[in-house]
Amino acid sequence: MKYLCLVYSDEELLHSLPESPRDEECLAYAESVQSSGRLIAGEALAPVQTATTVRVRTGKTTVTDGPFAETKEQLAGFYMVEARDLNEALNIAAGIPAARVGSIEVRPVRELDVPARPAAAGDPR
Amino acid sequence: MSARVHALVERTYRHESRRVLATLIRRLGDFDLAEEALHDAFMAAVDQWPREGIPDNPRAWLVTAGRFKAIDRLRRRARFDTSLEKLAERLDEAPPGRGDPADVDAVEDDRLRLIFTCCHPALTASARVALTLREVCGLTTEQIAHAFLTRPATVAQRIVRAKAKIRDAGIPYQVPEASELSERLESVLSVIYLVFNEGYTASVGDRMTCGELAEESIRLGRLLLDLLPDPEVMGLLALMLLHEARRVSRTSVAGEPVLLADQDRCLWDRAMIDEGQTLIERAFATGEVGPYTLQAAIVAEHAGAASAEQTDWSRIVGLYDVLLQASPSPIVELNRAVAVAMRDGPEAGLALVDALLASGELADYRLAHAARADLCHRLGDDERARIAYRQALHLSEQLPERAFLERRLAELGDITVPETTTPHPEEEGGASRS
Repeated sequence: MKYLCLVYSDEELLHSLPESPRDEECLAYAESVQSSGRLIAGEALAPVQTATTVRVRTGKTTVTDGPFAETKEQLAGFYMVEARDLNEALNIAAGIPAARVGSIEVRPVRELDVPARPAAAGDPR
Repeated sequence: MSARVHALVERTYRHESRRVLATLIRRLGDFDLAEEALHDAFMAAVDQWPREGIPDNPRAWLVTAGRFKAIDRLRRRARFDTSLEKLAERLDEAPPGRGDPADVDAVEDDRLRLIFTCCHPALTASARVALTLREVCGLTTEQIAHAFLTRPATVAQRIVRAKAKIRDAGIPYQVPEASELSERLESVLSVIYLVFNEGYTASVGDRMTCGELAEESIRLGRLLLDLLPDPEVMGLLALMLLHEARRVSRTSVAGEPVLLADQDRCLWDRAMIDEGQTLIERAFATGEVGPYTLQAAIVAEHAGAASAEQTDWSRIVGLYDVLLQASPSPIVELNRAVAVAMRDGPEAGLALVDALLASGELADYRLAHAARADLCHRLGDDERARIAYRQALHLSEQLPERAFLERRLAELGDITVPETTTPHPEEEGGASRS
């Protein structure tokens, strides 16, 4: 079985509580799961202000600022894509068939802020 | 000598600062860095031009100076943040190539890039408006705040957030590809029309017109038409010109709105109307007629008529029918209903307005109730007219409009308010699109 572990938090608190994780700790944990051979992909996301939502209705694509807001909607899947810029990412998002009935929230992946060190092959970010 | 150079630097700033900024944003890849560089470049011009003479191509000189100043700034900051050194190096090595600021096409492309980036749909509508007025038009945050009756800090925050999103979400600095152009152009046109409408009818407060915003949006429309001669750009510019041509006649000396039928048509600006009509013909000639062009064509019918009675209401209803297909909206249906009332009589119009109100979509739209009131009055049913005017008054926040509604109510013998008046969807396209 494959599982997706989704990280939810109040953005205001994610980095400010005494028990809030530091990026080094996040990276270390990702590496430990990686070395156990069980990590398929894991990334931190940029803050919610960078979010853009794409919907396709009656063949027309609408793009709006912000995350999806319909509380009736539940997470149904994900695509992690490599795109030149937001426009290309939005185009790919608009092509996702579920965009016709739901919403696709597009958010950049965030680089963890850890001290630079020599990169090794297969190093998870 | 020095005074003359100063005057020239000032004039260059007025004419070139937005072009130089647009190119610097592309070369430097960052709005804030480009703005600082623009400022530094003009400071350098004030310092150097009196001593060294005016360069042959002031714009190219400013871009080059701005770029070097930005690299200097990055190098200074790199002492505290080493990641900036790499960026400074990359910028230093960037070949001029097609980015040469002397290259007219490249500069015009940069202006379009700036417009499309500021109007990107991934930004909120209010951020698009603020960013466009700030970066493309060069208005200060104070000027924007004043025009939109908000605080400068609010506008400044919107602009900061918008720039952060452009940077962090990776909104590219480019003109959209042909396949996306028409959709993205829609967003640009709606920003320009939003600015125009804010100038045309302030929705809150005590002023009816804000001429500067209307002028600014017409200037933007002209710029966009120069850069991108699309039929809908022609349509939007025509629409704005045709509305603007009637500015003086739209308000009474006391500041209250004057209905189209009561306006003094001698006050209309014929040159603007002619220009608008020519643009509509050009747009129709392309064979691609969109919603802005259709709205402009409706306004042009009014502008070309000698009086409300002599207006070709059949043609106007026909144009609304096409507009409803191109861009369905309950407000367009309301305006069509008013035109139908003029063509077929108030009873026919009232049936349509009542059906629209019954559907619920316009229940809170003050002009729908005002239109209903007017039609009831024309049918001799002043009791129902009073109820509808009171409903419109209840929903209206604009002082001159309230005064107009109150006067209308008093004219109908309503004793609950001392004075009278009513706005009304003007019997035309109306400045609001949806």
